[in-house]
Amino acid sequence: MSVDHATVRKIASLARIAASDAEVEAMVPELNNILGFVEQLGEVDTSSVEPMTAVIPNTQRLRDDVVNADPLTGGGVQSKVLANAPAREHGFFGVPKVIE
Amino acid sequence: MTETSYRIQGATGEWEVVIGLEVHAQVTSNAKLFSGAATAFGAEPNTQVSLVDAAMPGMLPVPNRECIRQAVRTGMAIEAQINKWSRFDRKNYFYADLPQGYQISQLYHPIVGEGALEIDADEKAGIPAPKTIGIERIHVEQDAGKLMHDQHPTMSYVDLNRSGVALMEIVSRPDMRSPAEAGAYLAKLRQILRYVGSCDGNMDQGSMRADVNVSVRKPGEEFGTRTETKNVNSVRFVMAVVESEARRQVDLIEDGGRVVQETRLYDPDKNVTRSMRSKEDAHDYRYFPDPDLLPLELDDAFLEECRASLPELPDAKRARYVNGLGVSAYNAAVLTADVETARWFEALLGEGVDGKQAANWVMSELFGALNRLGKDIAESPVSPEQAAGLLKLVADGTISGTIAKQVFEIMLETGGEAAAIVEEKGLKQTSDTGAIEAVIAEVLAKNPGQLEQYRGGKEALFGFFVGQTMKATQGKANPGVVNELLKKALAG
Repeated sequence: MSVDHATVRKIASLARIAASDAEVEAMVPELNNILGFVEQLGEVDTSSVEPMTAVIPNTQRLRDDVVNADPLTGGGVQSKVLANAPAREHGFFGVPKVIE
Repeated sequence: MTETSYRIQGATGEWEVVIGLEVHAQVTSNAKLFSGAATAFGAEPNTQVSLVDAAMPGMLPVPNRECIRQAVRTGMAIEAQINKWSRFDRKNYFYADLPQGYQISQLYHPIVGEGALEIDADEKAGIPAPKTIGIERIHVEQDAGKLMHDQHPTMSYVDLNRSGVALMEIVSRPDMRSPAEAGAYLAKLRQILRYVGSCDGNMDQGSMRADVNVSVRKPGEEFGTRTETKNVNSVRFVMAVVESEARRQVDLIEDGGRVVQETRLYDPDKNVTRSMRSKEDAHDYRYFPDPDLLPLELDDAFLEECRASLPELPDAKRARYVNGLGVSAYNAAVLTADVETARWFEALLGEGVDGKQAANWVMSELFGALNRLGKDIAESPVSPEQAAGLLKLVADGTISGTIAKQVFEIMLETGGEAAAIVEEKGLKQTSDTGAIEAVIAEVLAKNPGQLEQYRGGKEALFGFFVGQTMKATQGKANPGVVNELLKKALAG
């Protein structure tokens, strides 16, 4: 698997990252190097191996349906949530208008 | 004829419409799908957002057991296959309402597989027989935040309170063939969700919204190219979308054009759908398994609890009312249409009232009163227990049906108990023959003309005398006793 200039531009655009021609030019061989490296894994026959989902035997834990049980993963932290906002507007994030 | 005959008349002949619905239903839960932030509607912006929902670095999602449970219970209610092993995937797209840059969803291994529901026959709507609509899958996923574009000249405002709230996406098969079938499917799905308690079904608050897939074809031919109209939020609008979009496609094809597979939006004011003209690569979501989450494995005990906690579902309840209680088919359908009505009626039955009597009273008296007061049944000023008190007084002959209406009016106003009102106002039915005879004598004396006609053979006047007697006793006389005594008195 390898990528060409058009693919790199498309990926950048999907992630809303601006990439100049020079950057795209540099990125193509870089990404292809990485892809080539990863592709080596394909040399191993894994047809009879289940995909591994965790390195230790483990199952997904579930949380109870309790609001703000753990302050670290609860709500009510508006000022923390907005701390890095480009603009704070009446409790909202203010972002450049995203509609035509 | 058991199939719908709905056809669109085109210049080149008849066209058939093919419809599939993807319904997003907000799962009823206190906390979000992967965080402990609250889900309540209408809070101040960004006050129900955790650092998980805001996608702060290093935060990890942990699924909410209740959301998983509700999705499984919903799957069981549509008799679907429940997948004991499912997995979460990332659906990548970049937009201001999605701080993670991806939505956690389930593409490859959804929690619920194939199921179905049955829509009821509705001759008037053009559904001649009950029809089974296939459901392909249900998966759980995160909702996105809300954007407001009209609050500031150059900025959009972002509120992430909805971000991370659990949704079920319920995907039907393209099994519907008319606007009425699509409407009936959505209504039935909403009914089941409300019975199960997995979604409140409040379409005007966005708790349920449908993406409507529509294509047209000449009957018997291959499926045509479909369009998807997004976020339609009422049964009526779903039907309108099908109608207008099918018409548009037929006109387009007959004018030599081609339907393009695209996303459209519905404009209810103009009753048309419009292309969203999204960029062609917008659908490149580059799904992959979410490495933050292990596969979801459900054990038998969990599934057993889900199944045991399912309530009696609307179709079963309706059949029981008809076959077990002798309620008419029409009344049974109305009483089970919404879970709140059914709950109220069940509470009334639970007080030991006869089913048929209870059904008739709810359908006429209670619904009439609620209609007048503009209240939902859940807000009824008279409780099922109080209503049972009233109906028992009728059943055991303490008061007549006419008096019961008066007593009910007083109950609605004062919230009082039937027995106390009857006692206080002296409304008890009387079977005191002496007193009734005296009233009858008076009635006959006041109406000599009618008496003469009756005795002359105009027996239809019997009802007139009953009416006069009941009126004179203010409805308190036992009608049976009145009949008996009147017959004697009239015979002279």
